[in-house]
Amino acid sequence: MRWMWIDRIVELVPGKKLVAVKLVSMAEEHLHAHFPARTWEGGHRSATPLMPMSLIIEGMAQTAGVLVGHAEGFREKVILAKVSKAEVTRDARPGDTLRYTAEVLQMDRAGASTKGTVELISPTSSGSSGEPVVIGGIDLMFSHIDNNMGGQEFPSWNFVFSDSFKTLLRTSGVAQV
Amino acid sequence: MTHDEIFTTIQALLVDALAVDEEDVTLGARLTADLGAESIDFLDIVFKLQQSFGINIPQGELFPEGLSQQADYVKDGKVTPAGIAALKARLPHVDFSKFEADPVAKKVAEVFTVETLVRYVERKLQQKA
Repeated sequence: MRWMWIDRIVELVPGKKLVAVKLVSMAEEHLHAHFPARTWEGGHRSATPLMPMSLIIEGMAQTAGVLVGHAEGFREKVILAKVSKAEVTRDARPGDTLRYTAEVLQMDRAGASTKGTVELISPTSSGSSGEPVVIGGIDLMFSHIDNNMGGQEFPSWNFVFSDSFKTLLRTSGVAQV
Repeated sequence: MTHDEIFTTIQALLVDALAVDEEDVTLGARLTADLGAESIDFLDIVFKLQQSFGINIPQGELFPEGLSQQADYVKDGKVTPAGIAALKARLPHVDFSKFEADPVAKKVAEVFTVETLVRYVERKLQQKA
């Protein structure tokens, strides 16, 4: 399994904004492990396959992380350092599409802060036109760890941005990296 | 901006950055020991100060890194008088009077209080004017 929680990048404004989508599929194992069916004496709870909030946050972290990494040509090791806010008010279910929009609020040598909007495109409940509906926001902070850990040394190779994210940018057709 | 206006703005941004209650953000509250700030929170605070007051804060000017690890300034785990003098010169917005009584190097981050931020912003706004 690849640790990829976004499927395609649909828009990139370098250093400012990146939009990515994630398709939620019944074929994904984690949906079944999250709220599996339970039976016990006198009760029963049916299985509730949902996209876990923790992985929605990871999806936004990857969206915003690629934006911040791309801004510096992927030279910096961009580490998620703080979830400043994470509020999502509707569940994402199999068949839905999550759309993550990350925007840079501030960025300097030490790190970056980003503002994120989470939208849901549902085949059944977001209208016949399939317009995205805003379901929450996730604001994050990233550290450029080589410049921000009191002189601690890290490996010289960039272990944050493997080829996977560069491939994603390339295959999405938004950037040559 | 008056001292009180600066304090009120800083109070609100610390409530947001550190998820603390407004009444805990007093002038004397220490960012680390009292309000639970960790290393990344210092960057968050710098970003929020820049945004709220329209000032530019070069890295290390408000919160220098690695203070307790500078060998020239530390002897037997304590910051030397020469070290404290150097810190005072570099950080004119910081009050070192309490720290001087027991200058344990590992506790040097405790000199950063809410008042430190207010004083720093006051100086920056004066320079800008």
